[in-house]
Amino acid sequence: MIKVDGIHKSFGKVHAVRGVSFDAPDGKITGLLGPNGAGKSTTLRVLYTVLKPDEGSASIDGADVVTDSLAARQKIGALPHGAGLYPHLTARENIAYFAALCGIDKAEIDDKVSSIVRLLEIDEFADRRTKGFSQGQRTKVSLARALVHDPQNIILDEPSNGLDVMATRSLRRLILKLRDTGRCVLFSSHVMQEVAALCDDICIIASGQVAIDDSVDGIRERTGQDDLEEAFVSAIRMVGEE
Amino acid sequence: MRTFLAVFFKEVLDNIRDRRTLASALIMGPIFGPVLFAMVINLSIDRALDDAESTMELPVIGQQHAPNLMRFLESRNIDIVAGPEDIDGAAEAVKTGQHDVVLVIPEDFGKNLADTIPARIELYSDEANSQGEKEKRRARSALRAYNQQLAAIRLSARGVNPMLLRPINIDEVDVSTPSGRSAMLLGMMSYFFIFALLMGGMYLAIDTTAGERERGSLEPLLSLPVTRGQLILGKIMATCVFMAASLMLSLLSFYVVLEFMPLEQLGMTPNFGLPVIAAAFFLLLPFVLLGASLMTLVASFTKSYKEAQTWLSVVLIAPTLPILVVSILTLRPKLEFMFVPSLSQHLILVDMVKNEPLNGLHIAISVCSTLAIGAILTWVCARLYRREGLLG
Repeated sequence: MIKVDGIHKSFGKVHAVRGVSFDAPDGKITGLLGPNGAGKSTTLRVLYTVLKPDEGSASIDGADVVTDSLAARQKIGALPHGAGLYPHLTARENIAYFAALCGIDKAEIDDKVSSIVRLLEIDEFADRRTKGFSQGQRTKVSLARALVHDPQNIILDEPSNGLDVMATRSLRRLILKLRDTGRCVLFSSHVMQEVAALCDDICIIASGQVAIDDSVDGIRERTGQDDLEEAFVSAIRMVGEE
Repeated sequence: MRTFLAVFFKEVLDNIRDRRTLASALIMGPIFGPVLFAMVINLSIDRALDDAESTMELPVIGQQHAPNLMRFLESRNIDIVAGPEDIDGAAEAVKTGQHDVVLVIPEDFGKNLADTIPARIELYSDEANSQGEKEKRRARSALRAYNQQLAAIRLSARGVNPMLLRPINIDEVDVSTPSGRSAMLLGMMSYFFIFALLMGGMYLAIDTTAGERERGSLEPLLSLPVTRGQLILGKIMATCVFMAASLMLSLLSFYVVLEFMPLEQLGMTPNFGLPVIAAAFFLLLPFVLLGASLMTLVASFTKSYKEAQTWLSVVLIAPTLPILVVSILTLRPKLEFMFVPSLSQHLILVDMVKNEPLNGLHIAISVCSTLAIGAILTWVCARLYRREGLLG
């Protein structure tokens, strides 16, 4: 369960996030949707604690991301945007390194790594060094790395970027599987169709503010648009007019 | 602790896998010093041998006017060869560097000598040509010796004791020991050790900071449930391991090089056996923590791998500065110098090589102050890693 309550974040003169609030409940997929530069990544970076909000607060299963950041990190698995791997280590070693850092017992690491490797269907290249991996392979390994400690809350920043059709489909299956086991999945995207196909709740962000935060049907209703894309556009216009 | 060990072993493994970088660090650093050193030593041995034994060729115009002088010069291991045609030719030959010196004996040399009129001879040389310095000095001192010999003969012929012309006899006594003389030349080797030490960990220091950020692996790492202090400590310690390994390698390779160097010919017997190597290793070991934390700190501030390389090459040179200043001013070891890292190690190492009694207090201060500065820098690194600006 992720709660975000009125966070603000500025970088110098750029006021990137201006009071974003939303909840991402367990057992649901919440999509953070917005055009490029809307403040999606900044919001997520506050949630996985690499940035501190200037104002407002956020918590992961009750652990505040600023005052109790270690506990908050314990409860999340994060896939940052453009996450990189260690090129001299194999995919398996990359995953095992994160497993060790997450405090998994040495004896269990191999089992955990093997099961996540199977889950993400990366057996084929798991024992190769990650240097020269394709974008899809890299994303899968990064995702495996983020999930190896079985976190309750999963934060994915534009996970489908650079993935081909097959990879995107298997990513979707995985996200649905995670939801069905009661996880809280929060992911950002600028692709309308993807969010529509996957999410239970959608939080549309524009210019650092929440334009609309509702279920998919709720958004259709409130914008009076049947087509989600039209709903998206009109929601963003609403922010612009304020 | 587990986090620290996980980071430590991962960084060590990562660096070992990176063969090319590892090779450049562990071979370039330790080999570079001894090879340069061997070249310098060989050069000075060549020069030293030149001075003592080799014969020198001296072009002379008008040899026939001074047969006795020619014989005298030949007795001093100077080969007389035919010079250029005339005086203009002599000046030209010296100017173009064809000859370093040319001796010109005028026709009236013998007659003037017989009449006890100061007989003029001319020695052509180019003061701006420093390479001819040695030849010039040798010709001049041979001529001066001949001059004194003639004077003595003249005085004796007139019944005067030639010793009258030598009221003072200056005897220079060199108290330096063979080990002491070697310290002058070996003084530069302490910097090579520090250089090799820093080189050994430089790439890892960049890779664990600027490299990690550039690769995009820093942000996932920081989103893990670990304290950043442990992360940075693991990284610094991994860098320390490679710096220590590089230091050990460079000490050993110096030892091997010195075994094959004919240093006795230069009147040097450096005290650089295996026990001294072991002592030098432990003396320089505190500098490893300082070097690793300083390099990690500097690399953390940079925005990219390339920028980090530029800044760290400055860090590579920095330890020379105190050594250079003290060498130029030829200062003796003092208590306050022992608080300056790199300088204190240099001064103590020089004493070790000179085989002089070591000052325990100096060593204690050197070790403690270097470790303290290293610890402070490590703490600053850990503080820095708590800042979000780190992500760049």
